[in-house]
Amino acid sequence: MKKQEFQIDREYKYGFVTPIESETVPRGLNEDIIRLISTKKKEPPFMLEWRFNAYRRWLTMKEPKWPNVHYPSIDYQDIVYYSAPKQKKLLNSLDEVDQELLRTFDKLGIPLEEQKKLAGVAVDAVFDSVSVATTYKEKLKEFGIIFCSFSEAVQNHPDLVKKYLGTVVPYSDNFYASLNSAVFSDGSFCYVPKGVRCPMELSTYFRINAADTGQFERTLIIADEGSTVSYMEGCTAPIRDKNQLHAAVVELIAMENAQIKYSTIQNWYAGDKEGKGGIYNFVTKRGKCVGRNSKISWTQVETGAAITWKYPSVILQGDNSVGEFYSVAVTNNHQQADTGTKMIHIGKNTKSTIISKGISARFGNNTYRGLVKVLPNAVNARNYSRCDSLLLGGQASANTFPYLEVENKTARVEHEASTSKISEEQLFYCRQRGLSEENAVSMIINGFCKEVFKNLPMEFAVEAHKLLGVSLEGSVG
Amino acid sequence: MLEIHNLHVSIEGKEILKGIDLKVKAGEVHAIMGPNGSGKSTLTQVLAGNENYEVTKGEILYQGKDLLKMPTEERAREGIFLAFQYPIAIPGVSTAYFLRAALNEIRKSKGLEELDAMEFLEFLKEKIKWIEMDPSFANRPVNEGFSGGEKKRNEVLQMAVLEPKLAVLDETDSGLDIDALKVVANGVNQLRAPERSMIVVTHYQRLLNYIVPDFVHVLVDGRIAKSGTKELAFRLEEKGYDWVKVEPEKIHG
Repeated sequence: MKKQEFQIDREYKYGFVTPIESETVPRGLNEDIIRLISTKKKEPPFMLEWRFNAYRRWLTMKEPKWPNVHYPSIDYQDIVYYSAPKQKKLLNSLDEVDQELLRTFDKLGIPLEEQKKLAGVAVDAVFDSVSVATTYKEKLKEFGIIFCSFSEAVQNHPDLVKKYLGTVVPYSDNFYASLNSAVFSDGSFCYVPKGVRCPMELSTYFRINAADTGQFERTLIIADEGSTVSYMEGCTAPIRDKNQLHAAVVELIAMENAQIKYSTIQNWYAGDKEGKGGIYNFVTKRGKCVGRNSKISWTQVETGAAITWKYPSVILQGDNSVGEFYSVAVTNNHQQADTGTKMIHIGKNTKSTIISKGISARFGNNTYRGLVKVLPNAVNARNYSRCDSLLLGGQASANTFPYLEVENKTARVEHEASTSKISEEQLFYCRQRGLSEENAVSMIINGFCKEVFKNLPMEFAVEAHKLLGVSLEGSVG
Repeated sequence: MLEIHNLHVSIEGKEILKGIDLKVKAGEVHAIMGPNGSGKSTLTQVLAGNENYEVTKGEILYQGKDLLKMPTEERAREGIFLAFQYPIAIPGVSTAYFLRAALNEIRKSKGLEELDAMEFLEFLKEKIKWIEMDPSFANRPVNEGFSGGEKKRNEVLQMAVLEPKLAVLDETDSGLDIDALKVVANGVNQLRAPERSMIVVTHYQRLLNYIVPDFVHVLVDGRIAKSGTKELAFRLEEKGYDWVKVEPEKIHG
């Protein structure tokens, strides 16, 4: 009998390095480094103070050990906390962006030049520690929408930053969030004013290029009353033997009747077949449904990174607010993922949905960890959770840790879970119809993920499909 | 079209088929009948290329080629279709998507242009109407949550879409009520063509009232115990399988 080992296809197309001169700060972390970053960014005093608070708090904290992931301890003094491509002068327009950078994003499928830029998608391109370009800024401005790099927002809209920064993920939130708050260098900022439906997809593309550098960026999105916005993020990094840290924070704020849809395709370098190298993706993402009838929806497709630790969550504060979490997490080779969500029901008639699909191949280790919490005042709270795992090959593993804390009797909380394998019968059936084994497996995997993929914006859905292409390693057993 | 010579097949070391000889010409419909455990399904699985079955002896020629050397998908692309007795579900994959992928693989192997989603959907809708199914069928995941009858119809639908040269139907009648049986049989009959051969495997004579075969073979204990025309099926219905069971002893004993 023939035994097959499946493998998610990983010819990593984004593993190149851009030869570009960078300006970096010395290795290590201390108050001087933080001051240096803040100075480089010409930040107002309140920002530096906030960073110091975070740093001092961080010094008292310990790295979380509860996730179901294993890695040698990180030397935080051996990381470069700021690296930016050298710019000769201040940029006035996209035309002045370094050609090498434009070429890099071109190669990644994210053209930034005016004539080539993606239709219907405004992109903020982040390269190592800084945002290098943002497209469609002017057009969005016509609608009153602010979409820019975080650094620009600090300069041009300090009041908004001051008002909302840290209101969803405080600087004291957790080890990585505190670290991020101390040293974050850039990221994206978005404000959609009252009653405005954002006319295009907004997106940020994160690229790590420099070696030994951590990427610490922050995204802050505010959807004011009655507004809607759909935001996407993508990420890639060069192939390197050494692990690199990516510790981001994302905060979403939805006011009354506002809706935010946040989609991620995470394709960081995952390490090689033996588990060498790859990005540690330790990320804190949280949204707050502040107003009544607001809605926040997270959709993530996590295919890259050596280790993923993230729980995009929603605080359902406004009455009738809705939180959603749709996730596909793939662990291949020696990848590890501990991911899930937290749905915190505070307001009345709040609803949440969790659909998680974990796929593990070879030695991949995939954990779903989720919390549904219903507070005493959350009358009629509703939650539906489903966690499905698909195992490809005998050495892969999947775990599900759903936590429920219900403090209101009227709440209704449902949880379903399943673990399955691709059956020989399914493969035979597909092959009997003329499909190759690879195509059959890809089709079955994509079918497994369908409920999640259908929530992705069109551009991303196609990408996601491609990322889950499958290769087979046949062995006769 | 198909020639089977002295075919011996085992699964997990146990011999199921013990020397099958069968010749099917283009346009012919052969019925294979037999009691449970006689090896009917095994024969269909071997024709389709299920690797769990081990061919220990014999050969199969399909269109002059050595079928046993061809992998499952290649057989399918060359025109072999198996209507499964127990079609399996593929959650999340719509029937339309699945069938288009399958048809395009077959077309590609013939050097034909692939059909795009719109073209295919039109084509599929026609076929769905033809087999008297609801149009929503195209969007439903393959076999997921289908009733027994729906699954069988879906198999015949797939056959109509993929237009095989050799269709092997494994107990397509089982689990069908009389109305569904008529629809399915009618579908199969319409697919009869001078260049298309069929092997219809069934436990009951009932199906053969609707799909009238050119030849009937009775499989008992891994051997073809008797072959004849459709009258053989009627006699079997009358006398039961025990009637043929004694005879192989005489022939081979």
